[in-house]
Amino acid sequence: MSERSPADATTRLVVGPFNRVEGDLEVRLEARQGRVEAAYVSSPLFRGFERILEGRDPRDALVIAPRICGICSVSQSHAAALALAGVQGLEPTQNGRTATNLIVATENVADHLMHFHVFFMPDFARGIYADRPWFAKAEARFKAAQGTSVRRALETRTTLLHILGLLAGRWPHTLAIQPGGVTRGADARDQMRLLATLGAVRRALEDHLFGAKLERVAALASVEEIEQWRANGPEGDFRLFLEIAADLDLGRLGRAYDRYFSYGAYPGMEAPLYARGTFTAEGPGAIDTGAITEDHTNARMEGRSRPHHPFEGSTLPDPDDEEGYTWCKAPRLGGVPFEAGAVARQMVDGQPLIRDIVARSGGSVLARVAARLVETARTLIAMEGWVRELRPGEQWCAQGTMPSRGRAAGLTEAARGALGHWLKVENGRIASYQIIAPTTWNFSPRDAAGVPGPLEAALVGAPIRQGETTPVAVQHIVRSFDPCMVCTVH
Amino acid sequence: MPESFNVLWVQSGGCGGCTMSMLCAEAPDLATTLASANIRMLWHPTLSEETGTEAVALFEQVLAGEVRLDALCVEGAMLRGPNNTGRFHTLAGTGVATIEWVRRLAAVAENVVAVGTCAAYGGVTAAGVNPTDACGLQYDGRREGGALGADYRSRSGLPVINVAGCPTHPNWVTETLMLLAAGLLGAHDLDVYRRPRFYADHLVHHGCPRNEYYEYKASAEKMSDLGCMMEHLGCLGTQAHADCNTRLWNGEGSCTRGGYACINCTAPEFEEPGHPFIETPKIAGIPVGLPTDMPKAWFVALSSLAKAATPERLRRNATSDHVITPPTVRDIKRR
Repeated sequence: MSERSPADATTRLVVGPFNRVEGDLEVRLEARQGRVEAAYVSSPLFRGFERILEGRDPRDALVIAPRICGICSVSQSHAAALALAGVQGLEPTQNGRTATNLIVATENVADHLMHFHVFFMPDFARGIYADRPWFAKAEARFKAAQGTSVRRALETRTTLLHILGLLAGRWPHTLAIQPGGVTRGADARDQMRLLATLGAVRRALEDHLFGAKLERVAALASVEEIEQWRANGPEGDFRLFLEIAADLDLGRLGRAYDRYFSYGAYPGMEAPLYARGTFTAEGPGAIDTGAITEDHTNARMEGRSRPHHPFEGSTLPDPDDEEGYTWCKAPRLGGVPFEAGAVARQMVDGQPLIRDIVARSGGSVLARVAARLVETARTLIAMEGWVRELRPGEQWCAQGTMPSRGRAAGLTEAARGALGHWLKVENGRIASYQIIAPTTWNFSPRDAAGVPGPLEAALVGAPIRQGETTPVAVQHIVRSFDPCMVCTVH
Repeated sequence: MPESFNVLWVQSGGCGGCTMSMLCAEAPDLATTLASANIRMLWHPTLSEETGTEAVALFEQVLAGEVRLDALCVEGAMLRGPNNTGRFHTLAGTGVATIEWVRRLAAVAENVVAVGTCAAYGGVTAAGVNPTDACGLQYDGRREGGALGADYRSRSGLPVINVAGCPTHPNWVTETLMLLAAGLLGAHDLDVYRRPRFYADHLVHHGCPRNEYYEYKASAEKMSDLGCMMEHLGCLGTQAHADCNTRLWNGEGSCTRGGYACINCTAPEFEEPGHPFIETPKIAGIPVGLPTDMPKAWFVALSSLAKAATPERLRRNATSDHVITPPTVRDIKRR
């Protein structure tokens, strides 16, 4: 839908339904002279999971919370298990932690593969790019639902998810992750099967996505190296992406605030695989989770008087509200918007290539997509190690008891970034359950001060071609965040 | 080339997990499976190229009868709230409630398929206080009605086909569509909750690897134990209608194989069992929910007998997370 008026006047566009994202999304744009001047991001679906959880036995969270999202189900489960473990004062067994890492990592890698091949790349196979030198390749490999790489990636993902058939019963929506570990132990034969599955995934990615060993991708350290890869690196979809990114200048498209945070991913004996913390213009920092708030000014929610910490938060939809433009609340850390995701994890962790890309031209479509691909390689390598660390015969699940009263936060990293559950138990029941998902951060509306969320900021300046009603550059930027809309509002 | 069987897929008050699961179809993969039955996805929110105005234009063509709609697949519950406006989900870019889009499209569809328990009966989205007044396409929990009403029939004459499950197995969905495309799915092929009988005429108990523990009432007591989960850990596998343990998920999985209870996710109102999901409610020590078709007196009698006869091997293994005592190897020549 659009209203057209004189050449230099403001044009308004409403873009939706926005597909090849998880869930439903609407973006309202104000444009002038072929550029986006302002963007308003709307999450049009509200289900009220936080309210559904209230009053239940706390353990029921492991059934209900994963069903917030069919693509981040395991991450939701992990956050719930961590919150329950916190209330119980329970630590998972070593086997439990390692198996949980494998389960969470499987979903995250599956999501990264899904994003790149099924959600993001098909936009470059659109007819609008028919005049580009790389188009024939992009079309053959990435035509939506049909391209050779799209279909192959879905098969690779299906193979990868066999890890969850074995360790977690099924995917999505498993109860295998518990506060004290996992419900299913693995024996030595299972370890061999897991290694075979991971070997098949490694081979598929090395043959087609990267054209190179995962270790070489994980070790990428500078912009020069990916420029070389683009010019004369191994043939593969990664190289095709770099070629497209250079031609369309995706390294300068979709910059938000360059302010990143991560709760730390895949806990280990001493430190997580990917570090916890923040990364801003001042460099790396620690996260103060006490400084997390949600602001309801532009959400159709009651409780607008002031921002609340999630332990004090509420979810009371206000159907009569005409000013709010989304069901999504506006999370802030220390009062300002932060970006979550693979790019945030790799920035915080200090992966040199991603740090270099962002240092030179800021966070961008290129940075976000490159971070996911580098992370895919790094995570798969770590997974092979975790399989070998499993100890058949040793304990898989520690047992605890649920106190009648307590509160705790479960903080983990989903594929799309920082995911937190804040649980309060009273009289043995869930008294309050507040969730902030990664896309809640990234697709946040404006706050009380009028500060736009990260995507809203990233869209400013995006080019709109003559006659476009669903601008393709806007689509690249939106999809570069890999939004999960069902998690966003939940 | 015969005419294709055209499918349009709409998502609303759900998690998208049934689509995520469907993409795990294998041997053959989803695209090959659908192509084998000449099934064409007119539009699917996860897979299609068309976004925004291009997608809405396609919906309009379907409504105008310019494109034949053989099956409307709906994933996710229908949100009636607030106050019957449907505004808890307005289909992006259209300003029209998704429940209204579904009603319009259902009016021109040859068949309507509810994919997943949310679309069928309301499911988890309708749990607890049901904040959005969610319901299924033709059921509101166990009661007929829902978004389209009890009297609704698609152009083929069938009611809404409920491919229930949370999530659905990939092949429950693809086989339903293939049967429809082949003209092989009639009213008698649906069970009392209108689930396709090809998977709903089975019980999750069938093929459960814990069957020997069940036979001797050798029960798991805590999460990760190997024993039968019916007595203490809330397992409803003996009552749940699905073929999960014979069809298997993601290679070699199922809920009970994964070490946790079947929560009967193909049933209406599974989301409100009336007790914690992973705890079995009992009266006088006897589980309230008995195995399907089993008289209570016989269950009690057999259980006490079975408990008395439990082999030591099963008693020990039932409360362990790995096999402590393997089955004895006997010389088969000396019976």
